[in-house]
Amino acid sequence: MGRQIYEAVVDGILVGGVYGLMAVGLTLIFGVLDIINIAQGILVILGAYLSYALSVHLHIDLFLGLLITVPAMFLIGVVIYWAFIQPLRGRERTSMSLLASFAVAIIIEGILYWIFSPNYVELNAWYVTSSVRVFGFYLPYIYLFGFALAVALVVALYLILYRTRFGRSVRATMQDQTASRLIGINVNRVAAVTFGIGVAVTAVGGMVYGATSGGFNPNSGYDLISRLLAIIILGGLGSIGGALAAAVFMITLESVVTIWSPNWAIVVFYAALVIVLTFRPAGLLGRQAVRAQ
Amino acid sequence: MMDTGRLRGATVWRGGGLLALLAAVAIFPLVFTNALLTTIAVDTLIFVGAAAAWNIFSGYSGYISLGNAVFFGCGAYTVGIAARDWQVTGTAVFALLPLAAVVATVVAVPFGLVALRVRRHTFVVVTIAVFFIFQLMAFNFSFTGGTTGVSAPFLLWNPATYNDPFYYLALAIGVATIALSWLIRGSRFGLQLRAIRDDEDRARGLGVRTMRVKLAAFMICAFVTGLLGGLWFYFITQVLPQSGFDPAFDLSVALMAFLGGLGTVSGPVLGAMVLVPAQQYLTEQFTNDYLSQIVLGTLFLGVILLLPRGVIPTASEKIASWRARRSGRPAEHAVTPAVQAAALPGEPTAAGTAGKESAR
Repeated sequence: MGRQIYEAVVDGILVGGVYGLMAVGLTLIFGVLDIINIAQGILVILGAYLSYALSVHLHIDLFLGLLITVPAMFLIGVVIYWAFIQPLRGRERTSMSLLASFAVAIIIEGILYWIFSPNYVELNAWYVTSSVRVFGFYLPYIYLFGFALAVALVVALYLILYRTRFGRSVRATMQDQTASRLIGINVNRVAAVTFGIGVAVTAVGGMVYGATSGGFNPNSGYDLISRLLAIIILGGLGSIGGALAAAVFMITLESVVTIWSPNWAIVVFYAALVIVLTFRPAGLLGRQAVRAQ
Repeated sequence: MMDTGRLRGATVWRGGGLLALLAAVAIFPLVFTNALLTTIAVDTLIFVGAAAAWNIFSGYSGYISLGNAVFFGCGAYTVGIAARDWQVTGTAVFALLPLAAVVATVVAVPFGLVALRVRRHTFVVVTIAVFFIFQLMAFNFSFTGGTTGVSAPFLLWNPATYNDPFYYLALAIGVATIALSWLIRGSRFGLQLRAIRDDEDRARGLGVRTMRVKLAAFMICAFVTGLLGGLWFYFITQVLPQSGFDPAFDLSVALMAFLGGLGTVSGPVLGAMVLVPAQQYLTEQFTNDYLSQIVLGTLFLGVILLLPRGVIPTASEKIASWRARRSGRPAEHAVTPAVQAAALPGEPTAAGTAGKESAR
C-alpha cells in the first residue's frame, strides 16, 4: 500500500507538471486580458491532433514535431485574439469573451470530429511504449521527458516575464492596463502576443497529454478545460506560481485517490476546489481578496 | 417626455400583441398535430422557462451561472427515483413534480452558500465544478442507476395527442416564469438584484443584504429549473447522467439569454424561441452532425460580434431613435424609462435607489 501511494505521488507530480504548463498559459491570458479562454481545453486536443497528424502521416518524431506545432498554435492563438476577442468592448466584455471563446471551442471541436472522427487515438513513439526503472518502479520515458520539457518551458516563460522588456510590459499590463497605455505600452500587441503564448503552450501540453492519457478524442477537451479551470482558480487567478502548485497538488491528489476508487477520484478533484474556496475565496496564492466587479 | 395619449396607445398595442401571441401559442397544438413539430414545440417551451429562470438570477444579478443543469438534473432524478421507489404509475406521476422543484431548491441552498461567496470568473468556474460533481455523483451512486440512469413509468396515452399535456404544462410553467420575471424586475427585490450587478460593494454599503438577496434569486431560479427538469424527464421518459446533467444545457440557457438580451424580461424568451427550433432545424438539415455543430458555433460568434448586447436592447434602441427622428426630437428624450433600463444596463441610480429603499 505504501508503495502504491509512493508510485501515485511520483506519477502525480510528473503529470501535474504538464498540467501546470497548460494552466500557466490559461492564467497568463487571464492576468493580461481579464478573460477566461474556455477554448484552452479543445486547443490542447488540437495540439495533440497536430502532433498525431505529423507523426502518422509525415513520420516526424513527436518532440521534433513541436518545432512545427508550437509556432502553429501560437499563430492560431493570435488569430483567435484578433478576430474574436479584441473586437469585444464595453461592459459585458468579460462574459461575452467567455461565450466567444466557447463558440470557438465548439467550432474547433466540430472540425476535429469531422476530420478525425470520434474514435480514440493515441500518440506513439518508442519513449511512450518502453519504460525505465526510476525510484524502484517502471515508468514510461514520456513521463520524464514531458515533465522535463514542461519544467524547461515554465522556466523559459519565467525568464521572459521577469528578465525581458516584453515581459515587463506584460506584467505592467497585468497590474494596470490604463497606466500601461499611458506610459506607451502597446497594450493590444501585448495582449495578442500573450494570448498567442498562452495558446502555444497547449501544443506541448497536447503532445504529452496525447501520449500519456491512453487515448483521446475531440470530446476530451471538456475534461481538460474543467480540470484546468479548477487548477487556476485554486491557485488564484492570474498567479503563475499558484497555477503550478495547484496543478501538482490536484493531480497528485487525484492520482492517490485513484488507488482506492478511480470513479470518485475526479469528484475529490472538484470537491477540493469547493472546500478551498469556502475558506479562501481568492484561491491558495491569490493576491487580491476580491477584484472589483 | 412622451405625451400620455401615445403612451396609452403603446400599452394597448403591447397588451393586445401579447394576448394575440398567447392565443396563437395556446392553439398551436390544435392546429399543428405533427408529432415532430409538437415535440420541438415542447422542447422550446421547456427552454423558454429555463432561460427565463436563468435570467431571474444571472441576468438580474450579473452572476453568470453555468451550473443550472444541476437543478435540471436534480429535478429529473428526483421524480424518476420517487416514481421508481414508490411505484407511482400513470398520470399520478405528475403529482410528484412539486417534489422536483422542492429538491432543486433545497440543493440550491448549500450550492449558493458556497458559490455566492466568490464573484465573476471564479463564480462561473465554481458553478461548473459543482455541476461536474453532480454529474459524477449521478454516474457513481447506485440509487441513481449509474450509467443506465432511471426510466420513467410508461404513460398509456393516445399517441396522436401524447405531446399535448406536456405542451400545456410547459406553457403554463413558462408563462408563470415570465410573469414572475416581470414582477421581480419591477419590484424592490429586483432593484436590489440589479444594484448588486452594478456595484455589489456599494449596494451592500447602502444596506442591501446582498447574500440573502442573491441566495433568494438563486433558489427561485432553482425552483423553476427543477420543475422543468421533472417535466422534461416524463417527456423524454429516461434520464442518464450525461443527459440530465448536460453541459450543453448549462450553456444553452446562457446563450439564449445573451442572444435575446441579458437582464431583460423578453430577451431570454426570444432567445429560446429562436435557438431551439434553429438547432433542431440544423440537425435535420445537415445529416452531418459535426457540420451542424460548426454552423451553430459560427452563428453564436456572429451574434456575439454583431449584437454584443443581445437582440432586444439593440432593437429597442433602434426603434426609439427611429421614433425620435420621426417626431423630430432628440433621441435621449424620447426613450421611455423601460427602454432605457433595458438598453443601459448600468443605470447609475439602481444601487442608490435600492439602498435608500431598504434603509427606509
